[in-house]
Amino acid sequence: MKIAVCIKRVPDTETRIAIAANRTAIVETGVKFILNPYDEFAVEAALQLKQAHGGDVMVVSLGPDTIQETLRVALAMGADRAVQLKTDGAPFDTLSVASALAAELTTYAPDLVLLGKMAIDDYNHAMGPALAELLGMPCVSAISKLTVADGRLTAEREVEGGVEVVTAPLPAVLTADKGLNKPRLPTLPGIMAAKKKPMEVRPAALGVARVVVRSLEPPPERPAGRIIGEGAAAVPELIRLLQTEAKVL
Amino acid sequence: MAPVLAFAESRGTALRKAALEAVAAARSIAGADPVHALLVGPPGIAAVAPELGRAGASTVFVCEHAGFTQSNPEAASALAADRARSGGYRAVVFVSTAQGRDLAPRVAARLGAPLATDVTSLVVTGDEIIATHPVYSGKAIATLVVTGAPAVLAVRPSSFAPEQTTHTATVETIAPIGDPSASRVVVTELRTGGGARLDVAEAPIVVSGGRGLKDAANFAIVEDLAAAFGNAAVGASRAVVDAGWRDHGEQVGQTGKTVSPSLYIAVGISGMIQHLAGMRTARTIVAINRDKEAPIFKVADYGIVGDLFEIVPALAAAVREARRTG
Amino acid sequence: MDQDLYAIDSALSEDERAVRDSVRRFVDERVMPVIGPAYIDGRFPKELIPDMAALGLFGANLPVEYGCAGLNNVAYGLIMQELERGDSGIRSFASVQGALVMYPIYAFGSDEQKARYLPAMASGEIIGCFGLTEPDFGSNPSGMITTAHEQSNGSFVLNGAKMWITNGSTAQVAIIWAKTGADDKSIRGFIVPTDTKGFSATDQKGKLSLRASDTSELVLQDVCVPRTHILPKSGGLKSPLMCLTQARFGIAWGAVGAAMACYEEARSYATTRVMFGRPIGGFQIQQQRLADMLTEIVKAQLLALHLGRLKDAGTFTPQQVSLAKRNNVNIATDIAREARRLLGANGILAEYASMRHMANLESVYTYEGTHDIHTLILGQALTGLNAFN
Repeated sequence: MKIAVCIKRVPDTETRIAIAANRTAIVETGVKFILNPYDEFAVEAALQLKQAHGGDVMVVSLGPDTIQETLRVALAMGADRAVQLKTDGAPFDTLSVASALAAELTTYAPDLVLLGKMAIDDYNHAMGPALAELLGMPCVSAISKLTVADGRLTAEREVEGGVEVVTAPLPAVLTADKGLNKPRLPTLPGIMAAKKKPMEVRPAALGVARVVVRSLEPPPERPAGRIIGEGAAAVPELIRLLQTEAKVL
Repeated sequence: MAPVLAFAESRGTALRKAALEAVAAARSIAGADPVHALLVGPPGIAAVAPELGRAGASTVFVCEHAGFTQSNPEAASALAADRARSGGYRAVVFVSTAQGRDLAPRVAARLGAPLATDVTSLVVTGDEIIATHPVYSGKAIATLVVTGAPAVLAVRPSSFAPEQTTHTATVETIAPIGDPSASRVVVTELRTGGGARLDVAEAPIVVSGGRGLKDAANFAIVEDLAAAFGNAAVGASRAVVDAGWRDHGEQVGQTGKTVSPSLYIAVGISGMIQHLAGMRTARTIVAINRDKEAPIFKVADYGIVGDLFEIVPALAAAVREARRTG
Repeated sequence: MDQDLYAIDSALSEDERAVRDSVRRFVDERVMPVIGPAYIDGRFPKELIPDMAALGLFGANLPVEYGCAGLNNVAYGLIMQELERGDSGIRSFASVQGALVMYPIYAFGSDEQKARYLPAMASGEIIGCFGLTEPDFGSNPSGMITTAHEQSNGSFVLNGAKMWITNGSTAQVAIIWAKTGADDKSIRGFIVPTDTKGFSATDQKGKLSLRASDTSELVLQDVCVPRTHILPKSGGLKSPLMCLTQARFGIAWGAVGAAMACYEEARSYATTRVMFGRPIGGFQIQQQRLADMLTEIVKAQLLALHLGRLKDAGTFTPQQVSLAKRNNVNIATDIAREARRLLGANGILAEYASMRHMANLESVYTYEGTHDIHTLILGQALTGLNAFN
């Protein structure tokens, strides 16, 4: 099987973020960058499929040279080869990036394309289905269970109030949600081996960016709340406030 | 004069709340121009078209086909893209539900249209649509400029309140593109969790429980409080999901769902940043915790300090009484 | 640390950071959930051994040809740092396996011994322990009374007792140091399978420190090992001391990890614990505590890092290791205690790590050369004068 995994290098949102002076980006010094956690599920799924069916796992990412470190994390987990689509800064526009990924993947001609369902920085939640359309492939998004057999995939995805069971033929695009698997840690021998695996760098064939970030702001402050009382004795006051002030009851 | 198209999400032959929110969001940018709704479903779905009219759609395009008995993303997106092309729309609006997140990017890619998702506010200024979109787990709000028509927009659930008008919409039947039964992606089954439990991301009221409940069995008091409200969903902190007490589908927070209900009640939840990221945009937040220094009280509009095992049942009884008499 | 105030990350290579990050995640995901109860129960969580091996933690700085990760010494140090951030007992297990069992086989063993044991030890199939210290000979190993008498058929019969042996009761193999003759020049190393007749290992009970670690007493009563089990290139006290130098290097890093864990716990607590209407981290005395802690941690990190670069260059000396072990463990014991104090009453609960680290670090202060012994090693290096006796 030929499996391609699209990954993204993102700030670890456990750390605090500060908005930069230009107001269109965050301050990067002191920020820890990691492999997008949802992409880890995708890499792990690819590695498990390779273990079961044999084949090749390629990881691809778009960005400046700093993303090579993240590509090597995926190589250290067990991917076979990496491709950096080089660009100064990854655009925010989903379709612009999807065009570049589609161009690369058309050449690679995978049986499966895996990605995380979303990136924890941009929260766009759109790359998988957009990429699938550009590739002309079926897509199942936000999957939490997957089996592949005889050229078909069967997956489960959470929807509001339930779970959909979905099938599609290969080749296909899948996006991974939490619960799909437990990603393996890069082993120490794996980290050393990653340095010797192929890492190709090519310019990114980006599409026009028609969605741009004009500014970043901190979220609006909530007005200060108050502790209205102690114990069950405070319940009548809460009911009164919910009825008269908050008007939700 | 460019109308705006709203995708009306449905399940089986019933409309989903997201459909009305999409119409509301479309109305907010259409201005004086009309809003059209696109409704796809199995035979019988046309019966809900008037609801879309009352929500503010002037025309409802309906496609009825057995191939839409289950969700059919390929056929739905092909039809939406085709309708968008034919109608010369300013924008195509979805809601960022599980379905909307799947369809909107497909439609954008088919149309070669710019795409903004999980949008919390919209303003049209001439050639541009200005959209706000939370990023970095809600730690920042991005203002996006979307250039080009049609633009494909997916708005965050509960960001645009459905309206109630007395409009009647014109209903037009349209044919699917190709054969929906021949889609490559096939939903073979929809398993709904025992009973029609409200999804935490959609419910107007969420009652969430955390480690303060001490035991999985004690979640019964959270469920009871939710039941007392009638239209509330049960949520959970990451700690109790990781402990196996509750399902991941109920998890609210950075690695779970982001919710924007009218009322969020946090029971026995300390209020770590990762949890707050998932609920801080709720309109009213109530916190019940025995530790008055718990961080949750900093974001709560109303806090009660004390033993939740006494407070929550008392609150459930009071809510039931208020609803009975109110 | 989530606050790399002195940008020490920039002095590490990408590989070194990747190794550190992987081990950190392993500790967060696998060690932290079990370590508190394991410590209270007084047991080493053996169930972690296969995954520790799979990650490549054993003998990580030994060559790839023996199934090891082939890392440089800074990466090895970072492993010890991250393991001890979890618990000194976890790091002790890895130190013993790597530096005190695999290393002597690698340095002093025959090709057959290396091929037979090293890959199996890297994979965790064979666990080893290091038998040097005796009930009456701790700081003074040259006085050991364990003997190995050569027999007419070339085998050796070992008699004696060893004490404070980490992994002793878990190990399949013990590296036993014994005198084949009268004085310490006759000390040789032996690979003793622990199921050999006459060999017994008993866990020492009643420990208030390093509880999540097996510490055993070994007794050898007419234990017979074939000639093939002697470490052929071993000879004199120098051999076990070389092993200790390897382990002490790792411990200098490990202590930094324990200090970091205590500091982070204290800092996090100080910024959320509210008293007198504000977080206690806003009060001057707590700020001084935190500032002092971090300053010592940064110094200790830089010490360890420079030492690691010297070791990789092949130029480090045992005296340099003594300086780092002595300093880093000492500041770590202070930091653990101060963190415990900052935590107030909560600090005595097992839910918080600082007091567990505080107790553990007392063992780390004492083992692998007590603080005082390293003081004398340095004193001798500085003055040329021997103050040992």
